[in-house]
Amino acid sequence: MAATTQNGSSAVSSTFEKVRTWLLLPSWIVLGALALVPVLLMLVYSFLTKEFRGGIIWEFSLSGYDQFFFNRGLFGDEAPSIEWTYISIFWRSFWQAGAATLLSLAVGFPTAYFIATRPAGSRAIWVFLITIPYWVNLLIRTVSMKFLLRDQGPLNESLMALGMIDSPLQLINTNFAVQIGLFYSYLPFMVLPIYAAVERYDFSLSEAAADLYASKWATLRRVLLPVVKPGVIAGCILVFVPSLGSFLAPDLLGGAKNFMIGSLIEEQFKGNAGNWPFGAAASMILLSIVLIILMLFAHQQSRRENEQAC
Amino acid sequence: MTNLSAKLDVRSYTGFRAITLLCLVILYAPLLVVTIYSFNASQSIAVWEGFSLRWYVDVFTGPESAKFKLAAWNSFVIAIIAATVATAIATLAATGMIRAGKFRFRTLSFGLISLPLMVPEIVTAVATLIFFNAIGVDRGLMTIMLAHIAFCIPFAYLPISARMQGIDESVEQAALDLYATRRQVFTRILLPLMAPGVISGFLLAFIVSLDDFIITNFVKGAGVETLPTAIFGAVKQGIKPNIMAISTMLLGVSVLMVTISYFVSKSDKTT
Repeated sequence: MAATTQNGSSAVSSTFEKVRTWLLLPSWIVLGALALVPVLLMLVYSFLTKEFRGGIIWEFSLSGYDQFFFNRGLFGDEAPSIEWTYISIFWRSFWQAGAATLLSLAVGFPTAYFIATRPAGSRAIWVFLITIPYWVNLLIRTVSMKFLLRDQGPLNESLMALGMIDSPLQLINTNFAVQIGLFYSYLPFMVLPIYAAVERYDFSLSEAAADLYASKWATLRRVLLPVVKPGVIAGCILVFVPSLGSFLAPDLLGGAKNFMIGSLIEEQFKGNAGNWPFGAAASMILLSIVLIILMLFAHQQSRRENEQAC
Repeated sequence: MTNLSAKLDVRSYTGFRAITLLCLVILYAPLLVVTIYSFNASQSIAVWEGFSLRWYVDVFTGPESAKFKLAAWNSFVIAIIAATVATAIATLAATGMIRAGKFRFRTLSFGLISLPLMVPEIVTAVATLIFFNAIGVDRGLMTIMLAHIAFCIPFAYLPISARMQGIDESVEQAALDLYATRRQVFTRILLPLMAPGVISGFLLAFIVSLDDFIITNFVKGAGVETLPTAIFGAVKQGIKPNIMAISTMLLGVSVLMVTISYFVSKSDKTT
């Protein structure tokens, strides 16, 4: 991204330099008003007081965060103890997103590697085949999964027809269904960055390792993997981060028992809970976690680039 | 001999081909199953009673058809307008970011453009709802449209900026030397060269808008539906065959869009 403007800028000024502000102004205004300001406003709302039936009162309060972390009894007069309800919902979300990430890594890495080692001509077709399902509506994909996994669904029916099971497996409304749903939603995100990394990899390194009597698996693990690691990490983040805050898979596939962060937040704004400051606080906590993950990743990337430059 | 060379080839690993095929099966099987069952003649989703188009007819003429037609129309209008506006804004922004030299707020500006990609969708949804509520705007089609324009911008921006980086800046310098005005350079030189990127950007923004459920669900007014929110509402009552017919049609639209986008960018590379 950064290198593009460097070539012509020293002697000749760029063509559109004088009108730069006008070119960027629409995006600044639209994204400022509809992306940045709303998030800042949400931060403010998370420190306000809730109104009895939804909405807020403009009065500073820590109750949103307090309710998240502490239990003060039914009437708010008991000694505060740690409130595990919401922490455990966050914990479950981490666990579910983590399991979905590992699952997509297990399928995504070999797929990415296989595609990257195909002849140049067919690679584009493979990548195209992998990306198409991503562009199909996420809701429709999740509904398809629900249709497939239900008790009398095609999966249970075929397993029974094959004589592998006697009665339908309980697949829908389980943690497993949520993991499968998340895995299915974001699998292409795992494949693409790993593919990009392996495609750039210099295979003479592996050949050198093989000449030195390294086994194929040792070559993969100790020569290729360290080189393509940034791609693997990028893939894991691209699956993990959206899984963490996802709403559709837990809602449609997990049922009422398998609540995740997304459902908790939705409940505060659209559902019966109607506690905006609490919902804003939960959203802020989710956003902070996501931004920390992204910053750690960016930090690691830039450190790597510096190492390579030296 | 071939067996030996396969053993020594560091590029191929046993089982990786099988896993790749499995990956494709996983990605396509649920969609195929729903597509097949959308042609089921049966009233029930559980039993297969032979091929029929009755649920497709039902979508257009059945008791729920008015609701779904209106929702589809809303989705379509919002997606067209949001994608057009987002593409225009993204094209200008890409020109400003890539063709206007270095400047102090470049990183900040890029951060702002990619903000909707970094913030989890549910958080964007909540924040936008709070924003419209705070400034006292009634929720309806307009609020959906504004929210869609904002989060479509990065999706339009990425292919446009990628395309722009592939164009040598000297073509603009040459045009300027030949006494073209800046406006002429933009409309007659840069824009035609960028066309494939702009088309890809528009199509991706269009799909992203057409597909969005979470943000729409938060910023829509009561009774205002887009196709995804109408489908979600219906699915909450249980999956019915007409939902599968609608899903299959929407699936077809998405696949068509992506295929066009793919061939637009591909045909461009060969020339």
